[in-house]
Amino acid sequence: MTINPDLQGRSYPAAEVYDVGREKIREFARAVKATHAAHFDVDAAKALGHSDLVAPPTFAIIVAQRADAQLIEDPDSGIDFSRVVHADQRFTHHRPIIAGDRLVAELHVDGVRAMGGGAMITTRSEIFALAPGDAADAAGVREPVATTTSSILVRGEGQ
Amino acid sequence: MSVNIAELTVGQDIGSRSITVTRTDLVKYAGASGDFNPIHWNEAFATGVGLPGVIAHGMFTMGAAVQLVTDWAGDPAAVVDFQTRFTKPVPVADTTGTPEAGAVIEVSGAIGALDADAGTARVDLTVLSSAQKVLVKAQAVVRLA
Repeated sequence: MTINPDLQGRSYPAAEVYDVGREKIREFARAVKATHAAHFDVDAAKALGHSDLVAPPTFAIIVAQRADAQLIEDPDSGIDFSRVVHADQRFTHHRPIIAGDRLVAELHVDGVRAMGGGAMITTRSEIFALAPGDAADAAGVREPVATTTSSILVRGEGQ
Repeated sequence: MSVNIAELTVGQDIGSRSITVTRTDLVKYAGASGDFNPIHWNEAFATGVGLPGVIAHGMFTMGAAVQLVTDWAGDPAAVVDFQTRFTKPVPVADTTGTPEAGAVIEVSGAIGALDADAGTARVDLTVLSSAQKVLVKAQAVVRLA
């Protein structure tokens, strides 16, 4: 199956809320071998001026890859996940991710480029924090938290 | 903040560290991140798709490498932008049950650019495993003011 060229420009709206928990921040921090006290100790985070534990700089990948899954699992996309290679990644933080945040991601397909028998697909997740009590699709005020961009290479047959 | 931008110069070293990686670390990262692609934990699957063996998640390497910057800056929230390209996989040998590392990632950082108006420094990371560059254009922008 080949990659659907019409993917470019497609967007997927915020679908589910990701609740950022303290234990998830601690677990992710340990998994990337981070030792900074602001990931583990609320008082240490507060001493730096944060309201709660601070997530490591690549934590947003959890939310971004959930958003990407909407595209990869879309039967219309033509993407075979077993042939996907991560080519590049960028995080731009508008503010840090803090325990207690309720995050949603809007996914945008910014580029689809044929490469041999495969394709390079560039996606962007705009990650926002919801106001307390708002649903993922609420029309309320959302605070921009991070923009992540990612390129994946979907290898063609024989690549 | 422990770093004063006025005291930095382009090219200055911010330090280096070695990160050991085991298969257990990859299982932990899979669970923490939700990325369960079997190329990161199943040898037969990895070789079946043409890889030399189980490889580390690129996002594990990226996430572990930036800790040098976080610790240097003194606050994880100071890293306002972080990007990389993934150029070479990091194969992780199965050393389960032994004290040996399955791979070692060598990270070093230097000041790549300074923006006094924005109060930011760009740290360029060199990230090697088995003497190969595994991340390219690994750049973290740190807000210091």
